[in-house]
Amino acid sequence: MKILKYTIPGVLFGIIMTKSEAISWFRIQEMFRFESFHMYGIIGVAVTLATLMTFIIKKTNKRNIEGKEITFSPKNKSVARYMIGGIIFGLGWAMTGACPGPLFTLVGHGILTILIVIASAVLGTYVYGLLRTKLPH
Amino acid sequence: MSIVEIISQPWHWAVSGAGIVFVMFLLLWFGGNFGASANLRTMCAIGGAGKNVSFFDYDWKAQLWNLVFVASAAVGGYIAVTFFSSPEPVQIAQATQDHLASMGIQTPQTISEGLGYVPSEIFAIENFFSLQNIILLVVGGFFVGFGTRYAGGCTSGHAISGLSNLQLPSLIAVIGFFIGGLTMTWVILPIILSL
Repeated sequence: MKILKYTIPGVLFGIIMTKSEAISWFRIQEMFRFESFHMYGIIGVAVTLATLMTFIIKKTNKRNIEGKEITFSPKNKSVARYMIGGIIFGLGWAMTGACPGPLFTLVGHGILTILIVIASAVLGTYVYGLLRTKLPH
Repeated sequence: MSIVEIISQPWHWAVSGAGIVFVMFLLLWFGGNFGASANLRTMCAIGGAGKNVSFFDYDWKAQLWNLVFVASAAVGGYIAVTFFSSPEPVQIAQATQDHLASMGIQTPQTISEGLGYVPSEIFAIENFFSLQNIILLVVGGFFVGFGTRYAGGCTSGHAISGLSNLQLPSLIAVIGFFIGGLTMTWVILPIILSL
């Protein structure tokens, strides 16, 4: 069961998301109201270190555990889908206080209504799949 | 101070940011990538959506590692609140607390009032059957699922993985996240909460 190793980053991620408070609905409100540096600090440090890590992995052609080179797939060129999709997600993020990673973490906090949010998010993804060919991309 | 007491304090943002990148490193090293919203698509595919909609007709079994990742994140969340719970609720800026209070949302001041992750006025199960909460949770969840897939990623996939790979599309997506988030927080949320 090779995929079981993903429990390690998974459990770590859940602990970090909780202890960083990045999954707090209140923290997300605070962030969008620019009343605390906390969330910007987390995202800023993460993006800075991740940029450095990505650069080093590319430079050194680092291989993964299976011996394959680690690759980073470029995103498709477009403006409409990223802007419109991004705005819709941003609206939902400020309503539920959670993006997808935190949604799953909050299940472990025993917050039952999060299951309703996840079910709605799955439905939203399904409806996107239904309408995909009709939407500007 | 014992190790458990140290871990139980709220973590500094720099420690948290570095921790997220360590998680991203493990995922890349294991052959995966860092992006949580793809799991919502996998769930649709597992549910059989691929029969009717080609977008969900793909080799979802190759994505099962990501479901293991987020299911484990729930376990991590459980461990953190059960064994490493902070002595105080999440400390929110006073200005934010005052603003939320003016809309009827109280920020917990003591652990007995709540941990400060979600407001009970919106998330407590007994409060679910109200127009404002159905809008916030059901419509909000729908927007999260629809928007992330349309944009091709969420905070992990675009703001962290994409920006760190210097992807212009991810910057556009993150700008979109903020346009949506700011509009909701400053303009629409006060209206919803007044319903």
